[in-house]
Amino acid sequence: MKTLLVAEYRQGKVQESYAELMAFAAALGAESAMFIVGVSSGDLPKFQGTLHVAEVSEYGEYNPDAHKYLLLDVVAQEQPDMIVFSHSSYGWDLAPRVAVSLKAPQISEVIGVEDGKLVVPSCNGKLKRTMTGNGDVTVVTLQAGAFSLSEPPAGISNVCPVVGEYQGMVTLLGYEAAEHGGVDLTKSSVIVSAGRGVGKPENIQIVEGLAKALGGEYGASRPVVDAEWVPHNRQVGTTGLTVSPKLYVACGISGAVQHLAGMKKSEFVVAINTDKDAPIGELADVFAVADLKLLLPVLTEKIQAL
Amino acid sequence: MKLLVCIKQVPDMESKFKIDEDGVWFARADLAWRMNEYDEYAVEQAVQLKEQTGGDLTVLCIGSDQVKETMKKALAMGCDRGVHISDDRSYLKDPYEIASMIAEFARDKDFDLIFTGMQSQDRGSGQVGVIIAELLSISAITTIVDFKCDNGKIVVKRELEGGVKAQVETPLPALVTCQLGLNTPRYPTLPNIMKAKKKEMITIAAEELHTVSAMQKTLKIAFPEKQGGGLFLEGEVADIADRLISILREKTSVLA
Ligand SMILES: Cc1cc2nc3c(=O)[nH]c(=O)nc-3n(C[C@H](O)[C@H](O)[C@H](O)COP(=O)(O)OP(=O)(O)OC[C@H]3O[C@@H](n4cnc5c(N)ncnc54)[C@H](O)[C@@H]3O)c2cc1C
Ligand SMILES: Nc1ncnc2c1ncn2[C@@H]1O[C@H](COP(=O)(O)O)[C@@H](O)[C@H]1O
Repeated sequence: MKTLLVAEYRQGKVQESYAELMAFAAALGAESAMFIVGVSSGDLPKFQGTLHVAEVSEYGEYNPDAHKYLLLDVVAQEQPDMIVFSHSSYGWDLAPRVAVSLKAPQISEVIGVEDGKLVVPSCNGKLKRTMTGNGDVTVVTLQAGAFSLSEPPAGISNVCPVVGEYQGMVTLLGYEAAEHGGVDLTKSSVIVSAGRGVGKPENIQIVEGLAKALGGEYGASRPVVDAEWVPHNRQVGTTGLTVSPKLYVACGISGAVQHLAGMKKSEFVVAINTDKDAPIGELADVFAVADLKLLLPVLTEKIQAL
Repeated sequence: MKLLVCIKQVPDMESKFKIDEDGVWFARADLAWRMNEYDEYAVEQAVQLKEQTGGDLTVLCIGSDQVKETMKKALAMGCDRGVHISDDRSYLKDPYEIASMIAEFARDKDFDLIFTGMQSQDRGSGQVGVIIAELLSISAITTIVDFKCDNGKIVVKRELEGGVKAQVETPLPALVTCQLGLNTPRYPTLPNIMKAKKKEMITIAAEELHTVSAMQKTLKIAFPEKQGGGLFLEGEVADIADRLISILREKTSVLA
């Protein structure tokens, strides 16, 4: 079994998620080669083996058509059984393009390997499916954080340049930094977060009330931020903040993987949810099966009275 | 401008799921169904564009007869016509098959822009949009949270990890996959719901467009094993509150 691992380079940096690709290859017991559009004379992934490098100065950080053709050249050379991406803004964008060109199946957001078969989540993590691809080569993307190495990645690569006269239809104009400023949730030892289960903007207050009573800050899941009920600097998750408070209380939050990624390092997690099967239960130390609109005011009052 | 938006009907994710008899998908009975959340953003963006520039907007959905309910919502939001690709077994098809059917339909229609969701909530492959674009040899941009279109090109913002955005441009024709927060999908008004009933709904049999075979297979579907030894508190809220407080006192230092 041979894997071709596709590392990422963004805003002038190699993304550390390449180590997860290596961990996946190790879980399969596969040998591997790696590909990156990066800087061959600069910082590169720490990888033992052949590292195919196309120059980012030539092809750009986001230029999916060109990256596809470069990668296809490497695939022709390496003949891998699997081409492995992170399930990330780079990976889910590029992987299907490569799969179509190769007429290969793509299995998205792999969370595990069982007897050599790939396991993926369905329905917001409420179910999981075991998948297999037909054909000689399979494209896979890995859920962020699902695979990790026990040691930091190490190794000396044999760097092979990749070149080709490739252009793309898409032009990257520039980046916009995340909105920050104001409160810094990452410093708070207690975070009480509001999810879509709060129902309406007025109810943010009761979440904030509990946060105050516990001497902490309130946070939110993404839909609550998208609806502009709570500012983005309080959003927890992959496209928001990563927090690790002593106590995290998730109110009306289902526990989508993108939210969990931002709070799973919390020391103690309480979930308040009407749906006993909500995936947040996978992580919660205590799961109160209750309507937050009823429970929170009572809980807050009792804590204030302590 | 000729516009196409692809939508999928999915179960409400708060449903109680059961596993189907064949063991490769969930049982489809007794579920509440709705429009895939990401597709609502796609429909809204397509309708806004049509309102700005004029044009003709088709909404397409592959599925059994019951998906027409969801299509009616898209028509009430402002799509001009529905194309229902009638397929009782679409849930068993892989992303490549679904995308090929849509590409097959779109091939000779010269759409300037195609909108899809970035992923379906039940399958979550995040592939169908990009595959359609590849099969039609048009430009594709995924995960957009901001959209502008003028002078034959689009300028969009892609959302990246950590909340960073990338501004990206591409000429038409193009396909975009829509992410949460792109816009605020409108609620159909009653007059628009009534008008939607009169809009054209074209039905095409799946067999007419289905020319490829599956490339992947689901061997089984299962519930994830519960790993957290979490404690469930149920009952009266006052009682839950008391038990929760004593647990927090015992297990954390936050009430000290
Ligand atoms: C690329 C990408 C990046 C993303 N980044 C993030 C991110 O950074 N952060 C993030 O949070 N999400 C992110 N998401 C979105 C994520 O996938 C989920 O859609 C989101 O986390 C769901 O938020 P939620 O749990 O609040 O809402 P839902 O999933 O709708 O859950 C609402 C919950 O509230 C419960 N509920 C309803 N009523 C009540 C009540 N009265 N009392 C108690 N409980 C109730 C329901 O049972 C349900 O479990 C991202 C998605 C993508 C595709
Ligand atoms: N059965 C379907 N009918 C129409 N469009 C679909 C269907 N399945 C998926 N799509 C579109 O493709 C997007 C991505 O789906 P997926 O690749 O399944 O995650 C969805 O958000 C829809 O826009």
